[in-house]
Amino acid sequence: MLLELKHLYKNYIQGNMEVPVLKDINLSIDEGEYVAIMGPSGSGKSTLMNIIGCIDKPTSGTYLLDGYEIEKCRDRELSRIRNKEIGFVFQNFNLLPRQSALDNVGLPMQYAGFSKKERKARAKRMLEMVDLADRVSFKPTQLSGGQKQRVAIARAMVNNPKILLADEPTGALDSKSGIAVMELFDRLHAEGATIIMITHSEEIAGFAKRVIRIIDGELLENTPEQKEEKEDE
Amino acid sequence: MLENIRLSFQGIFSHKLRSFLTMLGIIIGIAAIIAIVSTIKGTSEQIKENLVGSGNNIVEIKLSQGEWGYVSGDSQPPKNVPVVDDAIKAEIEAVDEVVAVASYRLGTMYEGIYFGNTGMEGATVIGTDPDYMELVGYTVTRGRMFVPDDFKNYNRFAILDDGAASALAGGDDPVGKTLEIKGVPYVIIGVVEQQDSFAPKIETLEDWETYYGNGAGGKVFVPDTVWPMIYGFDEPYNVVVKPTNTEAMTKAGKKTADILNDKIKSGSSSSSMGEEQKEDSESRFKYKSQDLLEKAKQMQEVSNSTSRQLIWIASISLLVGGIGVMNIMLVSVTERTREIGLKKALGARKSVILWQFLTEAAVLTFLGGVIGVGCGIGLAYLIANVAETPVAISGAAIVVSVAFSTIIGIVFGFIPSIKAANLNPIDALRYE
Repeated sequence: MLLELKHLYKNYIQGNMEVPVLKDINLSIDEGEYVAIMGPSGSGKSTLMNIIGCIDKPTSGTYLLDGYEIEKCRDRELSRIRNKEIGFVFQNFNLLPRQSALDNVGLPMQYAGFSKKERKARAKRMLEMVDLADRVSFKPTQLSGGQKQRVAIARAMVNNPKILLADEPTGALDSKSGIAVMELFDRLHAEGATIIMITHSEEIAGFAKRVIRIIDGELLENTPEQKEEKEDE
Repeated sequence: MLENIRLSFQGIFSHKLRSFLTMLGIIIGIAAIIAIVSTIKGTSEQIKENLVGSGNNIVEIKLSQGEWGYVSGDSQPPKNVPVVDDAIKAEIEAVDEVVAVASYRLGTMYEGIYFGNTGMEGATVIGTDPDYMELVGYTVTRGRMFVPDDFKNYNRFAILDDGAASALAGGDDPVGKTLEIKGVPYVIIGVVEQQDSFAPKIETLEDWETYYGNGAGGKVFVPDTVWPMIYGFDEPYNVVVKPTNTEAMTKAGKKTADILNDKIKSGSSSSSMGEEQKEDSESRFKYKSQDLLEKAKQMQEVSNSTSRQLIWIASISLLVGGIGVMNIMLVSVTERTREIGLKKALGARKSVILWQFLTEAAVLTFLGGVIGVGCGIGLAYLIANVAETPVAISGAAIVVSVAFSTIIGIVFGFIPSIKAANLNPIDALRYE
């Protein structure tokens, strides 16, 4: 098992009120799975994604990722986990605007302590993988939305993470670029990557092998049986 | 680290105007400090050079009454001041710091000096002992110097300095001709000139008074043994000593003055035994050493303390500049909240973020320091040009200024950098 959430709660403080966002989430995901998390806005799916990505903390409950008890990890260790275990793809790409595609892709390697030479070589290979070999020295402003998202995916995969987390990866793209990104995900999944993706689009969720629905902070579908059923369909 | 510095330059150049305005406080502060230090150092070095000279490390010990030097012919000779004889000179020469000693008598002649029909007013007449002229750096340009026999035989010989020679003889050669002092004829045996390094530089009216007094018309030297023919007997002497080195000037002068003042006391019947008697200190005769090194040091001390005060004032500008840097760094952190959140989400540790912002602040103020040094040097030369003072650029001041401005960046950049490093990744990413 790659990750396991047990009795996970998350409350936000709004004024004097504690607003529950996630309620008793139990979820486990194996290596090599391709999961879509679906739900309407405000359902808590992004919060769940951020907790899985170790950039947000649950109010209570346990989270086991690749053997690490995340709630017990110190800041330094969390940085290392975000850097090596997780690759993040955001809806709005979040590329550094003043740096080239190559430098953007190489950024996580810099935090992992790779030399400039190694960074360059590997970032270049990653850009080739997402079919952007000819855009290596382009700045984000010179790239289309689909290209930007592919740079972001290359960046997410550059440190060979255990999980690829994508928060509405096609949300800011036209349908053609969106499909191209999904095809790239398919390819990565076929090569063995574990992918967890947030979407509110049934069409996009259809690319995943397992769909989890979240409504008002509660998971509706997370049993292995249902997953198998889905795979059978 | 290098990567951080490169990124910092990138960030600074992408906001050129803002970066420049932020640096302005630092630039002004550093420029002011460099200009002050360079100008004051230049002036201070000039003071020392003017007063001490390159080779002129001799100390005059002049007999004075109150504030004024004693000049023969201006007033009655003091009764209790003994003539400086060979025994006293031997005593002075025994002082550790003294290499050579000579004595001279100083007088003025408002009139009564004639060369043919040409009269000379306000000449300084110097009764030199056999060593004085050589010790203070006179060299013969025409004729010859006094020889020991001139002193022994009471020869009525005179030597003119170049000022007196041109005043009396014009372009003619006065050597061998007769000079009349108070109706007594003297044969002019030579013309002398003082070496540059011994001659004082005259900058102010005060300097001029000090060195030439009312003897603007030039100097006439006669053997001290014939002095009584002009002014009368028992006229007191002034003394010059050559110290072992420039640094020993103060001690040599003070010790010599002590020896001479002891002689005044022992020969005095009227003055009491007290060191400093207030009631007669005004009129009392006393030997004072005119120590140029001491004077130079005092003047340098004054200018140094002035420069220290000015530097403190200029430092206020650095403080203000530092606060400006802190302010803009806080703005920069806020502006880049999303970037910080992203970097943290990608695995950047706190220290990475901290160093990124610290480096940026330090690079910003370092650049400000470098520009400030450039402006300061320019300003120093501008001041030098306008005020006609010299400039001495201090390498140490440049290094300290640039280092200090960099430190300002690190100090004032610390709070914003800590703020950036402690941002929660999720809050930072959500920031709009």
